[in-house]
Amino acid sequence: MILCEADFAIHGLVNYKLFGHSVWLTTTHVAMVIVTIVILIFAIAANRCMKKAKEVPTGFQNVVELIVEMLGKMVTTNMKQPKKFLNYIGTLFLFILICNLSGLLGLRGPTADYGVTLCLGLITFCMIQYNGIKCQKMGHFKALFEPIPLFFPINLIGEIATPISLSLRLFANMLAGTIIMALWYGIIPIFIAKLGIPAFLHAYLDLFSGCIQTYVFCMLTMVYVDDKM
Amino acid sequence: MGISGQDLIYACSAIGAGLAMIAGIGPGVGQGIAAGHAAAAVGRNPGAKGDITTTMLLGQAVAETTGLYGLVVAFILMFVKPF
Repeated sequence: MILCEADFAIHGLVNYKLFGHSVWLTTTHVAMVIVTIVILIFAIAANRCMKKAKEVPTGFQNVVELIVEMLGKMVTTNMKQPKKFLNYIGTLFLFILICNLSGLLGLRGPTADYGVTLCLGLITFCMIQYNGIKCQKMGHFKALFEPIPLFFPINLIGEIATPISLSLRLFANMLAGTIIMALWYGIIPIFIAKLGIPAFLHAYLDLFSGCIQTYVFCMLTMVYVDDKM
Repeated sequence: MGISGQDLIYACSAIGAGLAMIAGIGPGVGQGIAAGHAAAAVGRNPGAKGDITTTMLLGQAVAETTGLYGLVVAFILMFVKPF
């Protein structure tokens, strides 16, 4: 019988009362704060670097320009008004990417918590509806009754399913990666099994899957928002 | 050895989690078809390899969603124990 020591649950750290409810500060919060600090440090360093930017980029300036150009190209090729959404998509992309890659540093990825991905999905949902009402006025609501009014419930479910499918996709991918890594580290007691195979598993589950899912989340956000304009 | 009602529920939950993973068949077939067509497209037009690979990965990641729903159901049955 193999001992099961796999540990992939979210642990509560601090308990406090809020309006009579018992609320926990969990490992997800800690990981998210760490991710935010990493992004902040990177942003401050990038700002410092670009203040004294040279015509011919060297070193760190190369990296910053590469990231900004990549994000700009991604948004420009997929949206009609790229200037308006570049900030949001860029922020979303960097945050989700660093969250997904934080599994490499031994953290439990924040995106493997449904509370985080559902919030991201809901922000996208609000943006879709806001832009739909702003750009199409009443046509946004009229689209619910097309092609015939009988289709109203189906169209409504389709609208509500957008953030749920968007968030579940990211969550399930990251959770699957987290659980497989925890099982591999926890269940197999042989030393040999931990010698080189985890590197391959990390490369596939954290790096490859994480980057693909980040790209898919941002791409679908852009497609949905652009669809309503 | 007596089997209580709760034991029976856990056993049936485990069986249900296994059955939920039958959902993995669909994405497997779908991703295979996408990869096959992408390979054919690269064979026809090797210059567009980058674009084709990006489109294929995006489509595959979306096709994977239904399988992941099955995975989520299996996880809920196994670890959350709603019953």
